[in-house]
Amino acid sequence: MVALSGPRLRALRGEDVSMIFQEPSSALNPVFPIWWQIGEGLRAHRPKMTRKEIRAEAVSALEAVGIPDAAERIDRYPHEFSGGQKQRIMIAMALALGAELIVADEPTTALDVTVQAEILDLLRDVRDRFDTSLIVITHNMGVVADLADSVAVMYRGRIIERAGVKELFAEPREEYTKKLLAAVPHLGRRSAWTALSEEQQQEIEEAPPVVVAEDLVIEYPGRLGKPAFRAVKGVDFTIRAGQVYGLVGESGSGKTTIGRAIAGLERTTGGSLQVLGHEMNGVREKAFKPVRRRIGFVFQDPATSFNPHLTIQECIAEPLIVHEKALSAGQREQKVRSLLEAVELPGDYARRYPHELSGGQRQRISLARALVLEPELLIADEPTSALDVSVQATVLELFRELQQRLGFAALFISHDLAVVDSLAHRIGVLFRGDLVEDGHGPDVLQRPQHDYTRKLIASLPVPDPAEQAKRRAAFAREWGSGAAAS
Amino acid sequence: MTLSNPVPPGEESTADTDLAAEAATVAAGAGSPWYLRLPILSHLRRSVGLQRGMLVTGLVLVLGLLITALLAPLLAPYGFAATSADGTAFGTQQPPSAAHPLGTTVTGFDVLSRVIWGTRTAVAVMVCAVAASLFLGVALGLLSGYVGGWLDRVLVMLADAIYAFPPLLLAIVMSIVISGGQSNAWGGILAAALSITVVFIPQYFRVIRAEVVRLKAEPFVEAAKVVGTGHRRIMGTHLLRNATRTLPLIFTLNASESILTLAALGFLGFGIEPTSAAEWGYDLNRAMSDATSGIWWTGLFPGLAIVLAVLGVTLVGESVNDLNDPRLRTRRKRRRSEKKVAA
Repeated sequence: MVALSGPRLRALRGEDVSMIFQEPSSALNPVFPIWWQIGEGLRAHRPKMTRKEIRAEAVSALEAVGIPDAAERIDRYPHEFSGGQKQRIMIAMALALGAELIVADEPTTALDVTVQAEILDLLRDVRDRFDTSLIVITHNMGVVADLADSVAVMYRGRIIERAGVKELFAEPREEYTKKLLAAVPHLGRRSAWTALSEEQQQEIEEAPPVVVAEDLVIEYPGRLGKPAFRAVKGVDFTIRAGQVYGLVGESGSGKTTIGRAIAGLERTTGGSLQVLGHEMNGVREKAFKPVRRRIGFVFQDPATSFNPHLTIQECIAEPLIVHEKALSAGQREQKVRSLLEAVELPGDYARRYPHELSGGQRQRISLARALVLEPELLIADEPTSALDVSVQATVLELFRELQQRLGFAALFISHDLAVVDSLAHRIGVLFRGDLVEDGHGPDVLQRPQHDYTRKLIASLPVPDPAEQAKRRAAFAREWGSGAAAS
Repeated sequence: MTLSNPVPPGEESTADTDLAAEAATVAAGAGSPWYLRLPILSHLRRSVGLQRGMLVTGLVLVLGLLITALLAPLLAPYGFAATSADGTAFGTQQPPSAAHPLGTTVTGFDVLSRVIWGTRTAVAVMVCAVAASLFLGVALGLLSGYVGGWLDRVLVMLADAIYAFPPLLLAIVMSIVISGGQSNAWGGILAAALSITVVFIPQYFRVIRAEVVRLKAEPFVEAAKVVGTGHRRIMGTHLLRNATRTLPLIFTLNASESILTLAALGFLGFGIEPTSAAEWGYDLNRAMSDATSGIWWTGLFPGLAIVLAVLGVTLVGESVNDLNDPRLRTRRKRRRSEKKVAA
């Protein structure tokens, strides 16, 4: 393989080896219809193919990956498909060429958990039906437990451990593997609510509310002549002082919109949203500005949430410059240093620029910036979804520790139920703008009321092959094979 | 789950050590005297390798241009409008000689003197035109992009309208409006500068506006909004500093274009009379007919002066641009330690 020349390699690609990429939306060319893109690979290997043949192949490939009305849909463009469907199309492209080996590079990282379960199911199905070998590259131990037969663990460019999947999860040999497995949040274990003593639970339950949403509606204005898009449809919830409220939902469910509305980045259209005693519906920026210093916000993507021209010092000090004008430069610097210490980073990081830090370090800085004014409420919008598992574990640990020490209320938004459960005292599940579930961790996980919550819990792969096999069987019983369209 | 995390791949490891080494130099830089923190000087100190070479070359050329402009009366052997000295005429189209190192023109001016005096006009027009259009264009672009709405629409439409107008025609109209067609030294310079300003504003405006519109949606701007940062601070600190990346390029292109527009105005008779100020473009145009008859010195030297002036400004602009962006800046310490690793 290494010594192959360009043309030989090209012949090999597609027919023998094919690849599925991490980000399905950027792996497809947006200006060509689906059949053309599937045909591109076919034409490269069989130049004499006619248009009709290509279309027929494309239809059968799409049908094989469970896209309904394939004959009609091959003329559509990538943007007309959802993320899960696009990933199916990528798999279809690999299948159309009859690849014997499919390399899947983080095939489900960009997808929601429920869709992920379907794609994993499809991949397993493809392996069984077409006798294809699969190399799945992933950081998600749940996916590994769900799909893999044998596992190789890589660390710093080397494979440090190779074992069968059951063996690896049962008794990992290497130190790194052990720590990696320990870092994976496991659904249902270490629930944040059960970790509290009864008095603490009582205390949180009786604390004054910080955020109260009643029948909250948020709409995005539609284009001329089209109705507005309703992102949040009448949601009720309460966040009390000192409480961590976890908001879970798939992308597009409106969870980020709610977080942004609380921070005053989005206007509410209906109902009532009380933030720290201020009504957000129809609020004026001037009236809300003093409240802003009591709210911290941690953004999802650590790469873009810092001004690249400012040093870490200036980034963290920004809220101080705005709200504490009396502070001298020296006092500000001292405050920044103490915060850097609080997020477990050395003080001399203050002079660096954001691009010189890793993602995990940047997310710590983000936390420091949010906490610099000692807010009563912190909104964390998917703060760890851009991070690796082991880094995620340390950031979550830091978050938990700071929350306990400083006692701020927090809205923790995430798509990962296991992460939320390990952190949040109360969990809300959003589904297409409706809050379908609202309760304490164990209640939501063990006695889910809504169908969607049960599906969400069932489709989350747990990092344990034996348990996951059971869960998979249960999932298939209840919702059928995932090969149906998402 | 308290775990001393296994150093995640690419997290702390190698980048950390040389960053730590670098912290010392960065710290040392902050405590340096004020004059070393001035824009160009601090850039020079921060630069290494090719970037430094470019910056130094550019600086030498620009400094040469500025010094020549400043000391023109001392450097030039004759006045810019002199056709004779001590009662003897220079003669026309004389080849280079001891009395006239670069020869004389068709009208009997000394080429060397005209080239040296010409730096004054060039610098004056460049500074006036680019400074005026830079400030106006950037301010309007920033405001238009950030505020948006109807203000944005009106301004964009205006910019497009100016764009659609032939620039030279606009320049001619402006010069007639400003100086009434007369052309004394400052009248001509201001007319040329202002007409160039009007033509250039839309360029700055559009570039800055496009960047601001893009940046406005970036999370770091939202992060500032969440904190409650005022509009002025958001525009100044977060938007302007990130939006100016492409400015030096337009800035330098416009600096050269302003010289060319000045020359074109001169050619058409709306520029500066040769008796009120020396101007390379005018000389170049007068030298056009000479070139066919083998008289190379009248055209070569004013042309060379334009090239060197533009090259100097461009080099400085480009390297300052690279050095301003922490992501494009090459860093000394890191390169050294990389070499060590390689060895």
